[in-house]
Amino acid sequence: MNKFSQFLHSSLGNKLLMSFTGLFLILFLVVHLIGNLQLLIPDQGEAFNAYVRIMEKNILIKVVAYALYIAILLHTYKGIDITLRNRKARGGQRYAVKAVSGTTWASRNMALLGSLIFIFIGVHMSNFWYKFKFGHHEGTEFYTMVDTSFSELWIVVFYALAQIVLAYHLLHGFQSAFQTLGLRDGNYTRLFKGIGAGIAVGLPLLFAIIPILMYFDIHPMPDFRVFPGQ
Amino acid sequence: MANILNGKVPPGSISDKWVQYKSTMNLVAPNNKRNIEVIVVGTGLAGASAAASLGELGYKVKCFTFHDSPRRAHSIAAQGGINAAKNYRNDGDSVHRLFYDTIKGGDYRSREANVHRLAEVSVNIIDQAVAQGVPFAREYGGLLDNRSFGGVQVSRTFYARGQTGQQLLIGAYQALSRQISLGSVEMYNRHEMLDLVIVDGKARGIIARNLINGKLERFAAHAVVVATGGYGNVFYLSTNAMNSNVTAAWKTVKRGALMANPSFTQIHPTCIPVSGDYQSKLTLMSESLRNDGRVWVPKKLEDAKAIREGRKKANDIAEEDRDYFLERRYPAFGNLVPRDVASRAAKTECDKGHGVSPTGLAVFMDFASAIHRYGKSKAHNQGMHNPDEATIVKLGEEVIAEKYGNLFDIYNKITGDNPYKTPMKIYPAVHYTMGGVWVDYNLETNIPGLFVIGEANFSDHGANRLGASALMQGLADGYFVLPYTIGQFLANDIRTPKIDPNQPAFDAAEENVRKQIEHFLSVKGSQSVESFHRRLGRIIWDYCGMSRSEEGLKKARKMLRELREEFYRDVYVPGSNNEYNPELEKAIRVADFFELGEVMIVDALHRNESCGGHFREEYQTEEGEALRNDADYAFVAAWEYKGWDQDPVLHVEPLHFEAVELKTRSYK
Amino acid sequence: MKLTLKIWRQGGEFGKGKFETYQMNNANEHMSFLEMLDVLNDQLISEKKTPVAFEHDCREGICGTCSMVINGQPHGPLKGTTTCQLHMRHFKDGDTIVIEPFRAQAFPVIRDLVVDRSAFDRIIQAGGYISVSTGQAQDANAIPIEKDVAARAFDAAACIGCGACVAACPNASAMLFTSAKVTHLAMLPQGQVESHKRVKAMVAQMDEEGFGMCSNYGACEAECPKEISVSNIALLNREYLNANLSRTDF
Ligand SMILES: Cc1cc2nc3c(=O)[nH]c(=O)nc-3n(C[C@H](O)[C@H](O)[C@H](O)COP(=O)(O)OP(=O)(O)OC[C@H]3O[C@@H](n4cnc5c(N)ncnc54)[C@H](O)[C@@H]3O)c2cc1C
Ligand code: HEM
Ligand code: SF4
Ligand code: FES
Repeated sequence: MNKFSQFLHSSLGNKLLMSFTGLFLILFLVVHLIGNLQLLIPDQGEAFNAYVRIMEKNILIKVVAYALYIAILLHTYKGIDITLRNRKARGGQRYAVKAVSGTTWASRNMALLGSLIFIFIGVHMSNFWYKFKFGHHEGTEFYTMVDTSFSELWIVVFYALAQIVLAYHLLHGFQSAFQTLGLRDGNYTRLFKGIGAGIAVGLPLLFAIIPILMYFDIHPMPDFRVFPGQ
Repeated sequence: MANILNGKVPPGSISDKWVQYKSTMNLVAPNNKRNIEVIVVGTGLAGASAAASLGELGYKVKCFTFHDSPRRAHSIAAQGGINAAKNYRNDGDSVHRLFYDTIKGGDYRSREANVHRLAEVSVNIIDQAVAQGVPFAREYGGLLDNRSFGGVQVSRTFYARGQTGQQLLIGAYQALSRQISLGSVEMYNRHEMLDLVIVDGKARGIIARNLINGKLERFAAHAVVVATGGYGNVFYLSTNAMNSNVTAAWKTVKRGALMANPSFTQIHPTCIPVSGDYQSKLTLMSESLRNDGRVWVPKKLEDAKAIREGRKKANDIAEEDRDYFLERRYPAFGNLVPRDVASRAAKTECDKGHGVSPTGLAVFMDFASAIHRYGKSKAHNQGMHNPDEATIVKLGEEVIAEKYGNLFDIYNKITGDNPYKTPMKIYPAVHYTMGGVWVDYNLETNIPGLFVIGEANFSDHGANRLGASALMQGLADGYFVLPYTIGQFLANDIRTPKIDPNQPAFDAAEENVRKQIEHFLSVKGSQSVESFHRRLGRIIWDYCGMSRSEEGLKKARKMLRELREEFYRDVYVPGSNNEYNPELEKAIRVADFFELGEVMIVDALHRNESCGGHFREEYQTEEGEALRNDADYAFVAAWEYKGWDQDPVLHVEPLHFEAVELKTRSYK
Repeated sequence: MKLTLKIWRQGGEFGKGKFETYQMNNANEHMSFLEMLDVLNDQLISEKKTPVAFEHDCREGICGTCSMVINGQPHGPLKGTTTCQLHMRHFKDGDTIVIEPFRAQAFPVIRDLVVDRSAFDRIIQAGGYISVSTGQAQDANAIPIEKDVAARAFDAAACIGCGACVAACPNASAMLFTSAKVTHLAMLPQGQVESHKRVKAMVAQMDEEGFGMCSNYGACEAECPKEISVSNIALLNREYLNANLSRTDF
């Protein structure tokens, strides 16, 4: 084995992969959120539609999109792989009584939370992404599609619940990623845990608010555009 | 006196001997070292440092411990520190002064040449340890810090919080681990040495029991080094780790090595007192506490009684009603007198009825004045000019916590009392054994090829060991003495081929062990090994402990013999040999404690004088201080074991004092 | 004090392992936990039963030998305390106490509560040392080390190698133990020379022994009797990344 693949196969190499892909996904979520907030501008979707059209044409965005798919698949695959390997390390006999001192519920359930997120991603993609790409025909704008979906109560509830799952995943995931990178040391521990909690609450909350407000037809967002001249 | 032993001390003036000897010693060439095998039994400071150093030199080393890992050896528990004549304090320390203090502290019963060598190499130990990464305490300037210990007037003790032994042992363990990974040392964990094998008069191997499956295994080598620690657990209750034992050393004695000064045992003055019968071991409160702790008892007997009965607390006793007996009796050294002196003084006060625990066997160690003193000086440092009492106490407690925090925590965990607020209760307990297997200047026993190092030998501490010098001795032996002196023996063995473990001497030794094991498993009596051990310990403690008398010792010998007979007849050892069986391990060890215990009593009875830790009631001054007899007893008493049916035979090594004058020890 | 003890027995007549229940009527609150087990064993021996095998040595919280899980917590309920330093005053009359061995793939059970922790030795052998042979050292005061740095090295060096971190970790990861040694040596100038080689070798050995990966749960730190901090794990991760990125090693 050469040094690099040795590194990748080591426990820490694996964890670094989780950390990098996880942080990349978080970065994507932030960008995704900003784009989505345009749905709440009271302009009947004009800004949002323009934004989506630009995104569709941009080659760079395409590259990033593929990187994203790879990251999701890698993160998911590794996440499950790691979880199984860790379970094996525990040995055949389980504790009859096990205290959980020092650990959070989220940290103990990352694989479950992640798998739920994966399911959500699947549903979400077939809902919008698939329809955008293959299903949408002349006349129906993106905004209308989203608006139609979010007028159904069960879809709104589904999206909101998914965000709770995401919140817990991030609550542990964000600060954990910095620990894995070796940056969460000394005073930085508090910093990363703080930012992590902020992100874990903020991101999913804003994501969840979009379908809810759209369901009630509330559009409080001041007009802003992600791309100038969009 | 018929049997005179030769310590093989090389010629030359005391300060040049070692250097000269080293440079003229026989050497083994590197290509020959590769073919020479050495067995090291024990991975404490002495064993681990020796095995690592021998491995570095190129010998093929096999190293043994009954522990699950070399890092668990009892040395790990040493708290206070390690001495070295570095004179970093500029307080007048020197190799000579360390040498002198150690001889005097040992009450002039140790071999001058060994002690001087110990003082010489002490400085190298600190260098070596720091290079290995041992995190000794440092000052703000980044240089090493020191503290003082009992029996000396300089600050020469290096320390690593209250975990000096741990850090030094981890250093040695890491050096050993490096040799294991390089293949020069083969490590056998969970293997207990149960016999020594002698071939043609030379030590050539051991029989060890694999503690996981009970298999008896043979190991052969050109030389055997025993570094198996002290035998303090013969007293049952001691500050030693629960599994410390004399078995390996004792088996060498049964094969012809000599047991020197076995009655020289150290009772440490500051331990947590005994609280109940279920108790299995005692806990030391480091001697370093005596830097700041003042030892006292109530002056009035009725106060002491009230405290014992719980009607009064320490803090209820007014200052003028307290007797700081060490300061009163020994103004020059005060609370920092040597251990034997401090222990005896505490016993005297308790015997007079001043004891302060329900059992009557405890004195106070008080930190209130130190807290006050440090608090004031810290307040001053922080620019407070009129700090109130509460602030002073708070700051003072912070300083004390920094110095002794972990010891105070241990005390609190065990007793449930808070030593910051109320004085600690302490009482002497068995701690260390100065006696051990007799070795010459080369650390070689009278059996050629058998070397004994560390606490297991008798060499450097005479009748009393000064604090922080056992770690020094263990590491000196292992890193800087044995690796040279073993060459004296091995140089003559370079043509000896690999020793064959399938020869009659090994068969016989293995059979010997097997028989003993079978006996214990077949008795199927009614009492546990532990209960015998407890009763044996009680006999030794009562009659061969802090003070001894002819009458008591004679009685004890009789009691011990009866108890041993009962042990062989009525012990119950569950299980079988071919499994993990701690009860069987204990039975074998306790059997050896019985035999050793008798020789201790014989030794104590024979030595008609008081010196260091050996206090014979018949031999004391009017003030109750030890009365030494240099005319008749300035020698090492080394006993040859002749079996249970015969008295041990005495061999003596006369002690010659050239560099120091024989004087009555005074700490007044 | 009366107690009900449910203890894991394994090996000998207990085969692959099962819980046995014992009634204990003569415990008292001044006893240490191990002294309580001594009394139980005395009782078992007097009934000609096989005593419970458990490991212990110093009984002062420093050798790291004692190892058992008490009511789901390695070394029991008291923070920063080994089993041998735990006293019965922290339990109540009538309590039921469940005692199990440390459980991890890399720590096979030998008997009852006794497990094999030699994997830790092999991790140290892989590189947890400074390569200095006897006699090569310079004067101890030749390299001053800042007090705070020395203190951090010490905090990490305080690890007693007990394995509670592994036992506590849902992944049976040995990261806290390994990182404590890496930090101890990486803090000191003497140790920095070999730090890249060391961290790679130690991590490789840790993986080979079958310990799990670190999911940053924090159970290890919570249960560690010496309160070794997970900050050491961050430092280990950083050292490892550095070691793999540095050009000299590729
Ligand atoms: C509580 C306490 C505190 C102390 N504090 C200090 C201090 O501050 N300063 C100081 O200088 N000294 C101190 N001492 C004394 C000092 O710790 C010991 O004297 C010293 O560590 C002994 O080291 P050693 O290498 O000779 O033996 P040990 O450390 O006892 O090692 C013995 C080794 O031999 C092995 N062994 C034993 N028998 C066998 C066998 N049959 N087969 C295989 N292996 C065997 C054991 O497994 C172990 O590895 C203290 C002692 C105690 C009890
Ligand atoms: C938007 C989606 C996701 C984001 C933003 C995300 C983010 C993260 C982050 C930052 C980490 C921390 C990495 C570390 O500890 O170093 C993490 C860990 C983890 N993720 Fe995700 N993740 C996402 C989706 C998923 C999915 C779909 C799975 C599928 C199973 C998953 C499973 C896991 C697991 C098991 C861990 C813990 C790994 C461990 O430390 O043991 N995640 N995630
Ligand atoms: S890190 Fe803590 S729990 Fe783990 S081995 Fe060291 S002392 Fe024990
Ligand atoms: S027995 Fe040594 S740490 Fe518990």
